[in-house]
Amino acid sequence: MTNNTPQATTAKEPLLTMRGITKSFPGVLANDHIDLDIFNAEIHALLGENGAGKSTLMKILFGFYRADAGEIQLNGKLIIIRSPRDARAVRIGMVFQDLNLIPAFTVAENIALFLPDLKAVLNPQEIDQRINEVSKRYNLQVKPQAMVSQLSIGEQQKIEILKLLLSEARLLILDEPTRVLAPHEIKALFGILDNLRKDGYAIILITHKMKEVLECADRITVLRGGRVAGSLLRAEASEDKLVRLMFEKELSGLKINPKSGPESPAPVLELRDVATNAEGAGVSLHGIDLRIHPGEIVGVAGVSGNGQRELCDVVLGMENCIKGRKFLYGKDLTNQPVQTMRENGVSFIPENPLTMASVPFMTVLENMALTQTWRYARRGGFSMDWQAVKADVDETVNKLGFTINLYTIAKSLSGGNLQRMVIVREMTHEPRLIIASYLTRGLDVQSTIAARQALIQARENDAGVLLISEDLEELFTLSDRLLVIYGGKIVGEFKPSETDIYEVGHLMTGSEVKHVTKR
Amino acid sequence: MSQSAEAYPRSNFSSWITNILARYTFMIVLAFLLFAFILLLSGKDPIQSYKDMFTSTLGSVYGFSEVLLAMIPMLITALAVALPSRVGLINVGGEGQLYIGAAFATWGALTFQDLPAWVLLPLMMLLGMLGGALWAFIPGYLKAIGLVNETITTLLLNSVAPKIVGFLIFGYWHSAMDTVKTANFVPAARLPTFFGTRVHLGLILALVLLALFWFFMTYTRWGLEMRAIGGNPQAARRNGIPLKKYLITVMCIGGAIAGLAGMSQVSGFYGVLLLNFSIGLGFMGFLICWLAGGEPIGILLMSFVVAIITTGGNMLQLTRDLPYATINILLAFTLFVVLARPTFFEGKKA
Repeated sequence: MTNNTPQATTAKEPLLTMRGITKSFPGVLANDHIDLDIFNAEIHALLGENGAGKSTLMKILFGFYRADAGEIQLNGKLIIIRSPRDARAVRIGMVFQDLNLIPAFTVAENIALFLPDLKAVLNPQEIDQRINEVSKRYNLQVKPQAMVSQLSIGEQQKIEILKLLLSEARLLILDEPTRVLAPHEIKALFGILDNLRKDGYAIILITHKMKEVLECADRITVLRGGRVAGSLLRAEASEDKLVRLMFEKELSGLKINPKSGPESPAPVLELRDVATNAEGAGVSLHGIDLRIHPGEIVGVAGVSGNGQRELCDVVLGMENCIKGRKFLYGKDLTNQPVQTMRENGVSFIPENPLTMASVPFMTVLENMALTQTWRYARRGGFSMDWQAVKADVDETVNKLGFTINLYTIAKSLSGGNLQRMVIVREMTHEPRLIIASYLTRGLDVQSTIAARQALIQARENDAGVLLISEDLEELFTLSDRLLVIYGGKIVGEFKPSETDIYEVGHLMTGSEVKHVTKR
Repeated sequence: MSQSAEAYPRSNFSSWITNILARYTFMIVLAFLLFAFILLLSGKDPIQSYKDMFTSTLGSVYGFSEVLLAMIPMLITALAVALPSRVGLINVGGEGQLYIGAAFATWGALTFQDLPAWVLLPLMMLLGMLGGALWAFIPGYLKAIGLVNETITTLLLNSVAPKIVGFLIFGYWHSAMDTVKTANFVPAARLPTFFGTRVHLGLILALVLLALFWFFMTYTRWGLEMRAIGGNPQAARRNGIPLKKYLITVMCIGGAIAGLAGMSQVSGFYGVLLLNFSIGLGFMGFLICWLAGGEPIGILLMSFVVAIITTGGNMLQLTRDLPYATINILLAFTLFVVLARPTFFEGKKA
């Protein structure tokens, strides 16, 4: 692939140039001689699949990592960035994927912490005033005195952006900002970015979603395997072109066979009027009625933190119902422990494979045995049959087409590989009910397709699937039926063909559209 | 067994052992160097003091047997900490569990005096384990239902247990001659000793338990599940491993082991239940377990070292006129060095 850097576009000098940036980690060359030019008043999208080196590059720019080689120039002058502090001193700011606000503080306090010219004695009025000025100009409306813990993720993101603006950053780096947003929130964000661009800010947008790039970027750099695969202007770019740059080869699409036969009368899972108590910072569920039939994928849409985790936990047996009953194949398993549910063929792919599904200091093979220890125990439990574990895993691996090293320590795996490990484990032993929460989070496009294919395979084997996701596109593609969860209640139920992302998006955020239930 | 080794691709077993040995040796040498400064400060000749210490312990069969004797309760109580630590439980209650175990065993020894040794001794062991397990059940249960942290309950119960033992001795069990101890145990209630030394069967028990512990954690289904809980309790629960059952059971087994240490002390070492017979044996086990990182081989090594220090320290007190408290300084240095884990070891390890 040739490097077709745009040259003739403008005569203006770039604000920032990175030249020959190289960074290696043990065993991986994360960045290999990357060149990047950032201009004022432009949105520059950094596109690439997971592990392409986008985040590493930006962390070098923001001073988290030191590059092994290469140089950074700002306005033509060589600069050295040793720490985020240095980066902020040259007016570079970054919004991270997982937002970094202090929940127990107000908006104003969070922002004040970040001000470069914070005085020893605070003047709250002045700070509020400064926040209001900037937030009005860019339509980032927030109440300075609101507690951050009370705000939605979308609002928190606005505060992060405000923080950078008030700290006088000129170059804003946003790491996957749309990951947690509902469709209309994404639109609003792009509106804000557009205004910022008009005022001369330079913005770097890290993402792996092509549609967003085409919607808002002026300039697109595609990374692949730690190298620049190509750099284009918006006008030159098309979806096909970007896909080719990202993957080099054409992707095989998802194969979905239409469902055969009528719905079977006996559901795999049935929840009747289930309610739970909120635990800690969690949400309580009320009046959940849910049926999943064999060979059916039921999607649950919602902004995270609206009861999805609790719903999974109730089905899995982690959390007890205070009301209502739970049936698996007609068997009443209300408030039975996780072990019983697992023995009855329930699989769970959680939203966070590292903290919720794997034991970091064990090998992948040991992790593979954890959900089914009784199956592999020999001599009454005094030894484990690791050959059998390996045989089972190999079979699933072949079916899914993943590659996985069984003898590495789980902790050393990347997020995507860890997710693959969990998917392989949970797809082994022909599960009858699969709870998949944010199935494809952290996966690159190829693995995403494989993971979705695995769900479809399971459906064809007559398993029931509860698919929880924020990715509406995923839900619309895969689900046979779509539920919307908001504030611990199911507020809508649709056939994917009977609705659109905007209706679902509004229900997800509890906004004006009244709660509808189309059956 | 060869099958399970697959889950652990340990490149080279002997180099692994050498590594561990080198690591601990170096740390201990460092601690002794630091302590030499303290000796110099107090006007003693460190070289002579160390010479005394080592000749008195390793220089004679008698000295060595005394070291082995001192190791017995250390090994067992360290194991009582190591096992619960594998599921993330911090058992600071070895001391209390040891007392209650000793009391249960003593009850057996006093009540069934007429039984032959081959029945009485196993019975006393079981009783000792039962006592320790019951005492550990309280914190284990409270932890499992999410009410109180086990570190706090085990620690607090430590000061209760000796009072109960005192109550039993004063109230019911004291001998005609002496109110602070029971009558001497009958010979059938004494653990047999070896080769005319004071080293008793407890040493064999301790070593067997250590080996069992290693085997159990490495090869069995329950060991795997326990390691999963210790590694990530949330994931373990979601994977269908019954967390509460494990927390309670493992805590009780830990208590049972500490109770066995109590039985071995009263039956093997003293032959009588004394008021306040243990001053910090349980805590010593805690220290050793953490020094050893909970590994069986480390526990063996560290017990040996600490036993040399304490037995040799007694000797120093006599010959060099050193207050016993200085030995605690040496122990503290050892602890300090091991916990600080000088960074150059990490390089060596990798």
